[in-house]
Formats: sequence, C-alpha cells, structure tokens
Amino acid sequence: MRKIDCCKLALSLLLCTALPAMAAELQLGELMQMLAQAKSAKATFIEKKYIGIVDKPVESSGELSFTAPDKLEKRTLKPKAESLVLDGDALTVDIPGKRRTTIKLQDYPEVAAFVESIRGTLAGDRSALERVYKLELSGHPEKWLLVLTPTQAKMSKIVTRIRMQGSHSEIKSIDFDQADGDRSEMLVTSIQAQ
Amino acid sequence: MKHQRLVAVALWLAGLAVCALLVARTHFVADMSAFLPKAPNARQQMLVEQLRDGIIARLIMVGIEADSPAERARLSEALAADLRKNPTFVGVQNGSAETLAHDQAYFFDNRYLLSPSINADRFSANGLHEAIQTSIDGLSGSAGMMLKHLLPRDPTGETLQLIEQFSGSEQPNSVEGVWASRDGKRALLLAQTSGAGSDIDAQAQAQAAIKKAFAEIPGRKADARLLLSGASVFSVSSRQTIESEVTRLATASTLLVICLLLAIYRSPTLLLLGLLPVFSGALAGIAAVGLGFGQIHGLTLGFGTTLIGEAVDYSIYLFIQRADTGDARGFWRTIRLGVLTSIAGFVALLFSGFPGLSQLGLYSISGLVAAALVTRFVLPQLIPAKAKLRDLSRFGLLLNGAIARLQSVRSGIVILLLAALGLLIWRGDAVWNRELGALSPVSAAEQKLDTELRGDMGAPEMRYMLVLTAPDVEHALQAAENLSTPLRELTQQGVIAGFTSPANVLPSHASQQQRRAALPEESALRTNLGQALQDMPIKAERLEGFVADIGKARTAPQLTRASLNGTSSALLVDSLVVQRARDVLVMLPLRAPANGEINAAKVDQALGEAGLPVTTFIDLKAESFGLYATYLHEAAVLAGLGCLAIVVLLLVFLRSLPRTLRICAPLACSVLCVTAGLVATGTSLTILHLVGLLLVVAVGSNYALFFDQSTLQEDEAARRQTIVSLCVANLTTVSSFGVLAASKVPVLSALGLTVGPGAFLALLFSAALAPKAIKSLQGNRA
Repeated sequence: MRKIDCCKLALSLLLCTALPAMAAELQLGELMQMLAQAKSAKATFIEKKYIGIVDKPVESSGELSFTAPDKLEKRTLKPKAESLVLDGDALTVDIPGKRRTTIKLQDYPEVAAFVESIRGTLAGDRSALERVYKLELSGHPEKWLLVLTPTQAKMSKIVTRIRMQGSHSEIKSIDFDQADGDRSEMLVTSIQAQ
Repeated sequence: MKHQRLVAVALWLAGLAVCALLVARTHFVADMSAFLPKAPNARQQMLVEQLRDGIIARLIMVGIEADSPAERARLSEALAADLRKNPTFVGVQNGSAETLAHDQAYFFDNRYLLSPSINADRFSANGLHEAIQTSIDGLSGSAGMMLKHLLPRDPTGETLQLIEQFSGSEQPNSVEGVWASRDGKRALLLAQTSGAGSDIDAQAQAQAAIKKAFAEIPGRKADARLLLSGASVFSVSSRQTIESEVTRLATASTLLVICLLLAIYRSPTLLLLGLLPVFSGALAGIAAVGLGFGQIHGLTLGFGTTLIGEAVDYSIYLFIQRADTGDARGFWRTIRLGVLTSIAGFVALLFSGFPGLSQLGLYSISGLVAAALVTRFVLPQLIPAKAKLRDLSRFGLLLNGAIARLQSVRSGIVILLLAALGLLIWRGDAVWNRELGALSPVSAAEQKLDTELRGDMGAPEMRYMLVLTAPDVEHALQAAENLSTPLRELTQQGVIAGFTSPANVLPSHASQQQRRAALPEESALRTNLGQALQDMPIKAERLEGFVADIGKARTAPQLTRASLNGTSSALLVDSLVVQRARDVLVMLPLRAPANGEINAAKVDQALGEAGLPVTTFIDLKAESFGLYATYLHEAAVLAGLGCLAIVVLLLVFLRSLPRTLRICAPLACSVLCVTAGLVATGTSLTILHLVGLLLVVAVGSNYALFFDQSTLQEDEAARRQTIVSLCVANLTTVSSFGVLAASKVPVLSALGLTVGPGAFLALLFSAALAPKAIKSLQGNRA
C-alpha cells in the first residue's frame, strides 16, 4: 500500500516538472536523439579568432566532417593547410610538408576542451558531454542554442563557455569563449547530411 | 731410479706451486665481452665500442607496475627523486613536469642562439614582416593556443621552429604527469649511470641502488613491481648466469667423472691418482691463460670443465692398459700422438677473433700437456704396486660382442651417412644462424621485456646513423651542423624520415657567435619592426617583450654542455657526442621511411655531393650481420686448418696413408652425423657449433687412434683391455661435454651438444669401420 503511494508521488512529481517544457521548447534528450540519428555530416566552415594581441580577427576556412560514432575531421585550407583528425582517443595533426603528429586526447585537456565538445554534440552523446560540461538548451527544433559550460577546473582554465546554434540535427555555429578573454566564432554550412 | 722418481715428483710439485701462485694473481671476468669480436674494420669497431662503452650501455630502462595510474606516478616520482640525489646516476628522467619545464625554458630562453633561421636578414624590415605574418597565419591553426602566448616575445616564431626539429621523434606517453608505457599499465623511467657500461661492478651497484630505492619508498604496496632492462642489465645478469653456471658445471662434471671412475676402478687410491692429472691440468690451464691474457673469462672455465673428462683419459689408459705391460713404448707413442692431434685442434682456436675462444684454446692446450706429462712422468712413480685394478675382462668380452654386432650392420651405417649427407646438401646454406645475438646469454624473456620497454620509451631506433669523428667537441658540432642541409634534403626526398642532431640542442660556438652577431641593436630593431608592422594587425608596443629579449640575447653567454643540465637534451647530447681518448665521436641517428629501409647509396651520394666524405653511414643491422659473417668465415677457415693439421700430424707420425685414412674416416662420419643431427633437430648452427665440430675431430682423434692401435695388438686380451680403457675414457669425455650441453648459456650448450655426441660417435664409427678387428673377431668365433 505504502509502496504504491510512493510511486504515484514520484510519477506525479516527474510529470509536473516535465509537462510545461514539452509544450513549446526543445528538450535536451530530443535534441541528442536527433543528433545521434545523423550518421555522417559534412560542412564547410569559416572561423574567426579574436585574439587580444592582434587587432583584426584571424580568419581561416575549410571543411568539417563527422562520421559516427567518433570520427571528426577538421581540414583547414586557408590561410595554412592543416588537418586535424580525431578518431577515438587519437588526435592526429597533419601539416603538409611539415609534420604529422598523433597525440592521445586525454594527455592534452586544452585540445580536448575544443574538439570533444564538437564531436560529442555531433554524435548526440549526452553522457560524454555531461561528463565535462553543464548543458543548457533553449529554443525550438528549428533554431536551438546549446550552451556548454566546463565543469572541470583544468578545462575551465582554458574555455569558459561554448555556444552552439543549430537547426534540427545541423549545427550552424560554434563559439568558444576563452578564459583569457579571447574568443572564436565558427560558422558552419552543411554540404550534405544523412 | 729412486733419484729420478724424486726429481719427477719434485718438479711436478714445484710446477703446481708456480701455477697456484699465477692462478691467485689471475683476474676472473664474466662479462659478455669474450663473445664480442675484436675488430675487423673501423665501422665494426665502432659497433663493438658502442655495445660495450657507449651511452646505450649506460642506460637503465625502468618499468614500474602498480594497481593504479596515480600510484604508479607516485612511485615514479619518488624513485626519480631518490635516484637524482644518488651520485651513481648522472641523469634520471621520468617525464616529470619539472624536466618538461626545464626543457621548455631552455628552448624558449635560448631561442636566438638555437634557431637555425637566425641571420641578419631575419631582422630586416622584410624579414620581420615575413616571419610575423607566418606567425599570425599560424594562430589560425591547431598550435594557435600555444603561439598566441609566445607571440608577444617571439613574433618571428623561433620557438616553434625549434620544436618542429623534434617532430617525428617519438616520445613516451604520459599518464598522470609521468612517462607511461603504450598500454598505460607501466610507469617508465630512464636512468643514466655515471659508471661505464663495461664496468659491470658499477652497473651491478647501480641496479642494486635502484632496487633498494624502490623498496624503500614509503607506503609501497606489496604488489608493486620494478622491472629493469637495458644493455647493462643484460651484462649483470649474464655475469650472474655465467658465474653460477661455471660452478654448477664444474661440480656436476667432477661428480659424474668421480662416480664413473669409482664404478669402474672400485679403488679410491686409483681414483685419487686418476684425478691428479686433471687437477694439475686445470691449474696449469688457468695459470697459462692468466699469463697470456692477463685475465680469464668465466666462460673459459665453463668450457674448461670438459677438460676434466679429457684429461682423465690418459690416466684411464694408463691404469687399464697397464695390466698388460707388453708394449710400453707403443703405448706412450700413441698417447703422445693423441695429445698432439688434440693440441692441433686447439691451436686453431688460438687464432680466433673471439677472445673467449682463444682463451679456451690456450687453456685446453696447457691443460692437456700438463695432464699428459703428469700421467707420463709422475703417476707411474706414485702408483703403489699393490693397487691392482679389478678384472675387467668380462666387460671387455661384452664390448667385443657389441663391436661385432656393430660391424654386422655396416650397410645401415652407410644408409645413415647417406641420409645425413642428403639432409645437409638439401638444407645447404640455410643451416647457419646469421644473427650475432645467437651467441647472447640473454634469455628470451629478458629480451622480450627489453623490446617492450624500448618501444614504450620511443627510444630512437639506433639501426641507421651517420658517424663522424672530430678533434674536439666544437669541430664535432660544426660537422653535425654541416650535415643538416643534406639531411633535410634527404628528408624532403623521402629517403629518410628524419634525423636527430646534437647540434639542434647544442649548436657549435661558431654558429652561436654568428647568430648573436646577427641580432640588431635596439634602435635598428625598433626601426625595422616599425616598418615591418606598418600594414599588419599588430602594434609595435605589444612586442616590447621581443625587443627586450633580443637585447638580452645579444649579451647572453654562449651555451655549453653545462647549460643543458636538468633538461632531457643533456642525455641526447651525451649519447650522440662521445669524447674518446684521442677524438670526439658524433652520431646522428636517422629515421627510416615507412618501408623501414634506408637506401644507403642515396645517403652516400648526398653526402658526397655535399662534400662531406668523412662522414660514414652505418646500418647497424647490416654491420652486425657482416660482423657475424666474418666470424663464421674465420671459424670455418680455422676449423679447416685445424683438421688439416691433424691429418698431417697423423701422416707424419704413422707414416702410413691407409692407417691415416682409417683414423680419419670415423671422424669424418662422426662430424657428418652430428651436423645432420643438429640440423634435423631444428638447431641453426652458430660459430660455436662449427668450433665444436673441430673439437669432435681433435678429441675424437684420440679414440680413433687408440682403436686403430688396438687392431694392431697381437694379444687378444691386451686388445680387449685397450678397448675397455677407450670405452671408459670416452664415457668420461662424453659425460663432461654432456653436462655442458645442459647449460643455460647458449655458447656452452652449443659446444656441449656438438662435442658430446661427436666424441661418442667417433668411437662408435671407429669400432664399426675397423677392418682388422672384424677378421680377428670372426677368427676368434670360429
């Protein structure tokens, strides 16, 4: 008898908190599910870095591609060719004619701060994201904004906030706010999505 | 008569005393050097020196296993801290943040002396503009985070250039701030000893210090494990193995021979007398080697245990054949010829390039001569008249029957020989083991751990390198700098994947001087910088740090080896720039491209075109193969000459071609069968097997000789007695080589496995092929 009461109470509490949000706004779970369904994505990007000591933003452009579950490739074409491939825990940096280095992501938290957020979002991997970020979602499926705030000290020393905007399973922009006041904006234009 | 007797015994005792004195002064060694070759050519000499004394021989790789990464890191830090305080070590690295910080500070602080891009042009308005633009472009890339911190003080990007020189050379992984293995399950540490690699006592002490320091780390859990590897660890463990093996082998061999002799003689007096020549021979052998070489190697003593089995032979012949005193002169003549043929074989070893083998040659020659002399001149004086040997005639009859049976299956023997010959012809050259490592006493498990740790350390693969010598360190570094240009071209062409140069971390004074001279005065720098930044998004006032640093660099003292203390580059320079007695040796390791092979011709060509012919390209693997081939060839020549000498001796002394052939035939058959047997059981033959075959002839010739002698004996009983003595003598020899065959040290077991069966087969074939015995035996039966 007592047991059933408890369950009822818990259920009603759960419904109370969930119901109002469902009406109009996109739920984090829904977004993640939506993102997880896209198995691969390809896009072009334009990135502007606002760096304190340089008066003009430093601009670069290239291509981004993602293959589920955990391969992310960022190929910069201008102004200097460079490719970054994150596959599992291995990050390979390839600068044509110069060097090709593979590092383990776990050894480089500052690099991880940047790439893991993008990959986790594209993969719709909520648990991976929540391990290192506090997630806040707002907006509608057509236009949503996901704010990631690092929860670990060694990461928040580098990045204070990451803002991702998107529509359905496509990410439109990624902005990084760095601890030293510098920031970067990346505009993403999808080429194809499946 | 009595006078003569006294003289012989007195001389013998005096000889023993002298030998004992010499032995007491002889230095015993047990490192691996006995099986490191002497030096056929300059390249190989380099290889040997590096194996023995180079920095590689002074590095100890340490692995730490514990249950958690944090605990491993704690143990690694605690061990490193302890060892850094110990003067036994000149350097200890574990990838700690401290060393990393030292490294970074070294490159950043000294960038204007280190960077190869520094020249007057670099700081002209144009040069600055170009360099700064490159840095700004770089901000967009993956290194942007790091670059933007460097930019205010290093706008021309020198630090990045320095870092890029090292890209491609592998670094160990890092877990919890210390080096870790690839699989993350071990923490890694690298210790460089102050003692030379060839100083095994110092190395043993260093290893004990590491173990002690590890054991004393407070709060260490019981399941935490310490693993050590490296060339010096091998040296120490080999020495231990060799030392314990030699004692074990000598004891086993002595016991076995004593038991055998007791079983046959059943007389303690005869046993003791029989051991006198052995004892005298061993003493004379050690004394002779000590005198000739200044020291005796443990392995020589190991081999020397076989002398026990051989030296006892003469007394066996004496005791057993003495029963019949018919032809004393003939008896001693045969002994003398036997000693001479054995010596002929061992003389060949004297000329071997392996110090261990030449020691063995000298040891055996002096041992055998001493044993034979004692048997000839001392034993007859000491044998008490009543010490009668028990009747062995039943044994003799038994042997006679066995020989008859053996001779009746001659066709089988022919088939066996043909099969052996066929096998050897079929396998051809493939029977030889061509790896120098085949002689190494290091166990497979130790080698596996070494390979693992080496891979985890990302230790530069030392297979390919450029080597040059210079009169002093300055010239050596200049020469290394001159190589940079052709090597960079080779890297771009893909002939090599990269190279490591000591000059990258410690430039020559000449280069440092040039670079410093290229740094502009403050006013000139400000003017140029102003011009360079005119249309750029950086304001000159943001680069005040740069102007200040250039000012500092203009008056900074030059870098020397001491400047590297505390950085990981210290080890790099020490290992690649080696101060030798008369000159400085420089090595530049080259990394092979993806296919794993470097085209030597292309490297030589590039060096030639650059006008750097004094530099030698070395492929250690090819050199080590070449070295081994040289030795194998040498051993083959020596073995051939040794056999030839034995045949010539027989011809000269016997003055009969048929008899010589009769003695040689069983030996040839024995060599053939032993070789085929080894090959059939999957052994790949090394130099030691080849030497073993020579000894089969040298030792086996005694049995063939006596057997042949026995066929000439008129008296049936006397002949049987000779055969009994041969059989006993053969048993003692075979058993002492058999003990050697069971050794854990490959060089010892190879020799034992070859000579043991070979000596036995030599007697067997002598019996089977003896023509006269057949007739007489048949006549006997009829």
